[in-house]
Amino acid sequence: MLYIVIAFLFLSIILYFLLGGADFGAGIIELFTSTDNKSRTRKTTYQAMGPIWEANHMWLIIAVVIMFVGFPLIYSTMCTYLHIPLLIMLLGITARGTAFSFRSYDAIKGERTQNLYNHIFVYSSFVTPLFLGTIAGSAVSRQIDIHASDFLSAYVFSWLNWFSVTVGLFTVALSGYLAAIYLIGEADDDNDARRFIRKAWQMNILAVVFGGLVFIVAERQNIRLAHWIFGNPVSLMAVIAAFVSLVLLWLMISRGIKKTIRVFAAFQVVMILLSVGYTHFPNLVMVKGGENLSLLAHHAPETTINDLGLALIIGSFVILPSLFYLYYSFQKKEETV
Amino acid sequence: MNDFIAARSQMAISLGFHIIYSCIGMVMPVFMAVSHFKWIKTGNPVYKNITQAWSKGVAIFFATGAVSGTILSFELGLLWPKFMEHAGPIFGMPFSLEGVAFFVEAIALGFFLYGWNKFNNWFHWFTGVLVGVSGIASGILVVSANSWMNSPSGFDFVNGQYLNIDPIKAMFNGAWFSEALHMTIAAFSATGFAVAGIHALMIAKKRNVTFHTKAFKIAIIFGAVAAILQPFSGDISAKNAAKRQPAKLAAMESYFRTQPYSPLVIGGIPDTVNKKVRFGIEIPGLLSFLVNDDFKQPVNGMDKIPSQNQPPITVTHIAFELMIAIGSVMMLIGILYFVALWKKRSWLSKTWFLDLFILATPFGFIAVEAGWTVTEVGRQPWIIQGVMRTIDAVTPMPGIQYTFYLFTAIYFTLSLAVIFLLSRQIKMVPELYDR
Ligand code: HDD
Ligand code: HEM
Ligand code: HEM
Repeated sequence: MLYIVIAFLFLSIILYFLLGGADFGAGIIELFTSTDNKSRTRKTTYQAMGPIWEANHMWLIIAVVIMFVGFPLIYSTMCTYLHIPLLIMLLGITARGTAFSFRSYDAIKGERTQNLYNHIFVYSSFVTPLFLGTIAGSAVSRQIDIHASDFLSAYVFSWLNWFSVTVGLFTVALSGYLAAIYLIGEADDDNDARRFIRKAWQMNILAVVFGGLVFIVAERQNIRLAHWIFGNPVSLMAVIAAFVSLVLLWLMISRGIKKTIRVFAAFQVVMILLSVGYTHFPNLVMVKGGENLSLLAHHAPETTINDLGLALIIGSFVILPSLFYLYYSFQKKEETV
Repeated sequence: MNDFIAARSQMAISLGFHIIYSCIGMVMPVFMAVSHFKWIKTGNPVYKNITQAWSKGVAIFFATGAVSGTILSFELGLLWPKFMEHAGPIFGMPFSLEGVAFFVEAIALGFFLYGWNKFNNWFHWFTGVLVGVSGIASGILVVSANSWMNSPSGFDFVNGQYLNIDPIKAMFNGAWFSEALHMTIAAFSATGFAVAGIHALMIAKKRNVTFHTKAFKIAIIFGAVAAILQPFSGDISAKNAAKRQPAKLAAMESYFRTQPYSPLVIGGIPDTVNKKVRFGIEIPGLLSFLVNDDFKQPVNGMDKIPSQNQPPITVTHIAFELMIAIGSVMMLIGILYFVALWKKRSWLSKTWFLDLFILATPFGFIAVEAGWTVTEVGRQPWIIQGVMRTIDAVTPMPGIQYTFYLFTAIYFTLSLAVIFLLSRQIKMVPELYDR
């Protein structure tokens, strides 16, 4: 049962990264869109995300619940030493969720208020994945110092360091990329589609740049990232697969294929997560000085894990079909319109 | 402000904020389902307009409820890491199931809000019902997590170790039923009165009278029935609290000295130095009767509780009195409504009658906040009654007062924004739905 619970944990993290990430990405795209085209981007985003954004963000809740029920020590350690970035991420989520729904449900569409919502929406869409990535970067790179005695080293340098922050920037670029690829398929006309393709290209380059930066910073901080990724066959295969699918994706775009490409983009992100996740498994948080918090060692007692696993299995029988039906319905309706 | 007080205040303000949205999130879908049903059955477009107007308001509340809930699920760990480290595996069951319920709710909401004219009417209606059912289910589940903190069970606490954990037993703890029942009824009466009050105001202003009259009726019927049931369920809650948390009961009632024919104190200000209540009315024997069904048998007072285990008396007592006072008034208003409905139809459009409901708009929510203050402050100094002290659970990170200020500012801003948006929607009713 422990493995089932762990599988659900990874599933929800991956899905949050993909779906929530694409959601944030839409805001990032809007942020980097020239003023003339902003409203068109907004319209596409609204049509594509409106019905599903709340469901997308539920994956985060599921992941958090699995963490505190199943792996309470890991949860409380992260919450203690990464308090500040978690807090900023929460502010981002709050600002973004409210701004998104306020801008569509404000009964009077005044220019000034709409502008305000838009600003909040795009900036929080940027900040949230930045800090999500930062948190992930800190967790795996031995930056958390549980023996630190002063405030700065315990609660600030645990995340405010070059490695974590570059991972954050990389996450932002990936989110933007996911969103742009997704929006290509949702665009109303060719003009918009071309715009999104250009955005996808820019985000792709950004992701490569930040990805390279992550490697350089890792080298300088003695984080053996290269070893993690190229040092074992599974991670290596995952990276190669991601690369091949990236080439295929751009080939398909040049052929004018618009919907299937999103599967490839998602595949790439999953492969990146897999390659890092696989090296570290079963460790989720690695703290300074060599201690590891492991999913296999630091979990809740057996009965809790069993009940949690059961709840998740039963839950997924209810959730997954209806979730697919939700995506399917709004997909289909748009095509017929 | 020290970090401990700041952490408690931040928790209190976050929950106090969230609870308003969760009550609305539980109850409004039910109201919408009723008017949606009437529209499909009668074809009267007013009901469709009501459903749509409500659903637009509800979308705002849902987004705010969802983000404040997300904040909470992190805050439990951010502020009380030691508590979550030990409690997580024990009281996590309701949270896991709640996660499922939220998910269903979010999916159903997507269908409902964006599904107008896209689906078969009955399927669309059903998704709305599902929003309500899963909302109520998640409310009940999360309250069961809270009741575990009041009435911990499902584990053995041996030498500081939490052994033989049984999450299912923890979920169905001793306080589960009374709290969940009282909370669910409270959500209906608070939301019902609030919604009815707003529509009563519009009727009084003679705006879209048919629209608002029909909306008022749906809301107040639920609100009034719930308000009439509320004191009975409160009595169950009080009896239950007396058994498991005598300190909480003594603080609620400001009952210092154990004595036969224990008196019930109404009103008054507790004087904690001289251990008596000033300006209160004492009714001898009534407390004994309410708790033990016997006028003589003594109820345990605060003197039986070691002083390091006593909750703050003044806050708990005043909050309790406030809840009771409002509960009694709401029950009377509820009865009055049914009298009007069955015997005195003419009252329904009288100014004084409408004014009464306008006045009562915030009552239910004030009582909800007061009731939670009783439950939570009355549990102090424990975070898990009798097992873990709140002060041992708090995060070691200093500077919590700044995050408290920050969250206070955020909740304040969000409240203003929600009020602003809601007033704009109400303003637009004539233009959108006047036919
Ligand atoms: C509309 C709101 C409302 C109204 C009118 C009342 N209550 Fe209440 N009360 C609540 C809303 C509430 C609440 C906010 O929902 C609480 C907090 C925790 C809970 O389970 O319900 C609560 C808690 C609560 C508790 C503490 C339970 C515990 O700690 O387990 C008691 C003893 C009562 N109530 C008793 C009453 C009585 C005797 C009422 C008679 C008029 C009453 N309440 C009216
Ligand atoms: C499932 C629901 C709830 C859970 C799990 C929960 C949990 C907690 C926790 C962990 C604390 C801090 C520790 C403590 O002071 O004991 C707390 C305090 C508090 N909560 Fe709750 N709570 C819940 C519902 C609510 C609601 C709905 C309110 C609404 C108004 C509320 C009001 C408060 C207050 C006022 C405090 C501060 C008490 C004090 O420090 O004196 N709680 N709660
Ligand atoms: C007595 C206290 C509580 C009640 C009755 C309650 C009930 C509800 C309800 C009915 C909703 C859905 C309605 C809406 O979105 O507006 C909701 C949302 C939420 N609540 Fe609470 N809740 C309580 C306390 C808590 C606590 C302590 C937590 C955190 C651990 C929490 C976490 C959440 C989350 C994550 C959501 C968002 C779900 C979504 O996206 O739909 N709630 N709550």
